[in-house]
Amino acid sequence: MKELGIKYLWGRTWDPVSNVYGAFPFLLGTLLTSFLALIISIPFSFAVAVYLGEYNPKGWLSNFLKNTVELIAAVPSVIYGFWGLLVLVPLIRELELKIGVLPYGIGIFTASLILAVMIIPYAASLGREMIRLVPSHLKEAAYALGATRWEVIRNVVLPYTKSGLFAGILLSLGRALGETMAVTMVIGNTSEIPSSIFAPGNTMASVIANEFTEADRTVYLSALIELGLVLFLVTVVINIIGKRIIQRFTNE
Amino acid sequence: MSAHVKYRVGKSKLAQGIIVFLAFVITLPLIFIILYIFEKGITKINWDFITKIPKPVGEAGGGIVNALVGSILIVLAASVIAIPIGIMGGIYLSENRTSRLSYWSRLSVDVLQAVPSIVVGIVVYFWVVKPVGAFSAISGSVALAIMMLPILIRSTEETLKLIPFSLKEAGLALGLPYHRVILKVIVPCGVSGILSGIMLSIARIAGETAPLLFTAFGNPFLNTNLKRPMQSLPLMIFNYATSPYDEWHEMAWGAALILLFTVLFLNITTKLITRRWNVQL
Repeated sequence: MKELGIKYLWGRTWDPVSNVYGAFPFLLGTLLTSFLALIISIPFSFAVAVYLGEYNPKGWLSNFLKNTVELIAAVPSVIYGFWGLLVLVPLIRELELKIGVLPYGIGIFTASLILAVMIIPYAASLGREMIRLVPSHLKEAAYALGATRWEVIRNVVLPYTKSGLFAGILLSLGRALGETMAVTMVIGNTSEIPSSIFAPGNTMASVIANEFTEADRTVYLSALIELGLVLFLVTVVINIIGKRIIQRFTNE
Repeated sequence: MSAHVKYRVGKSKLAQGIIVFLAFVITLPLIFIILYIFEKGITKINWDFITKIPKPVGEAGGGIVNALVGSILIVLAASVIAIPIGIMGGIYLSENRTSRLSYWSRLSVDVLQAVPSIVVGIVVYFWVVKPVGAFSAISGSVALAIMMLPILIRSTEETLKLIPFSLKEAGLALGLPYHRVILKVIVPCGVSGILSGIMLSIARIAGETAPLLFTAFGNPFLNTNLKRPMQSLPLMIFNYATSPYDEWHEMAWGAALILLFTVLFLNITTKLITRRWNVQL
């Protein structure tokens, strides 16, 4: 594993045929898809968390929403990938034709969209728990001062739950980084540095899934495994930080 | 009301509207996916579909019995490996809350939960597939068992933590040895929680594809030998969906429908159990 060295991470070409391995395209692909997915998902997961935690914590409507959001997390990722490949990709292709970029259909943007849907439940359910932990006397004090509902949320609930919401976002980021199947199916699998967010690319997880069984040389194999190692370390660190924040928050 | 107050109330209403709107928009993808898969898949499902093995491309008919049987066997074997370890680990963690070992094992459960499924696949490839020298269903089960463990341990631990201390003390006061207290008092009290943990973890792994890619590997024929490569539903959906053939896409829709409904069924039943018996997970 070490024979490739740390320089491997910045190598810009990935060409197994001539035995050149550089992980940069995949690092970039992973970061791009994950952060794009995060940006898309934050408003939604925030809305769900606030709605369930603050506006409507009881009743059948919020029960329905809560269960649906949890079921989103339960659907196997291969089904998201399949659906994305056959339904979402043609839609994106039309969109790309309209805005005048090369109509690949598959690519970083499509992968991010699917990822965004998949990671919403994690941030949302954590955010809901955190918002419920806000002591009601703080909120009541703000109402008593004549604050409107939005002002209470904006100026009392949000500052109080800031670190908890951040932890939820971290955890869903960890999820997005490691997600394999759905991304593999829609990202397009090219080992070049993506030129725009609509271009096909590859993430660390998807390149492992695609090429692991084809790796016939030890160097090729260890290149893939080193990718796995990087992926492992990154997700573990992110998750531990997230869990620590939650722990500190709930103990206070 | 002054204009300023009106402005503030209006802003509050607007924010509420946006939040409610966004919150419900995200249920749409799930509903679309379920409806679409139902519509596409339901026409494919008939007796042949669940009792025949796939035909070569170009021939009509054929089924997915190899994937069905494979999925069931792999998940069963994974459960056999993971359930005892998971439950015992959970009991240990709830009984020894502050020991050094439990701190480290709790940390490793957290880490294990965070590991991307594809990395689990790589690890098992080197633990099982490499030494044996061939892809096998049992290596897939090992990979899935590793993925089940954190969920099992967590749910067992959380349920058993809720059991009142007085129950345990009553047992001990009657002179029961410690292991009898655990077996006869603590485990029966927490059985519904443990059960729902098991179901949740099965639901979680039933749809896992990534760790099976280079362990169970897939197999176009019916196989019940755990030492040989085996097909499974998610693996089949992946292979068929990324293939260029329309017939295979059609079959993948059918398989996706079966998989989706199994997983959703498991999840909803678990939810009903936990609500009925008031278990907190």
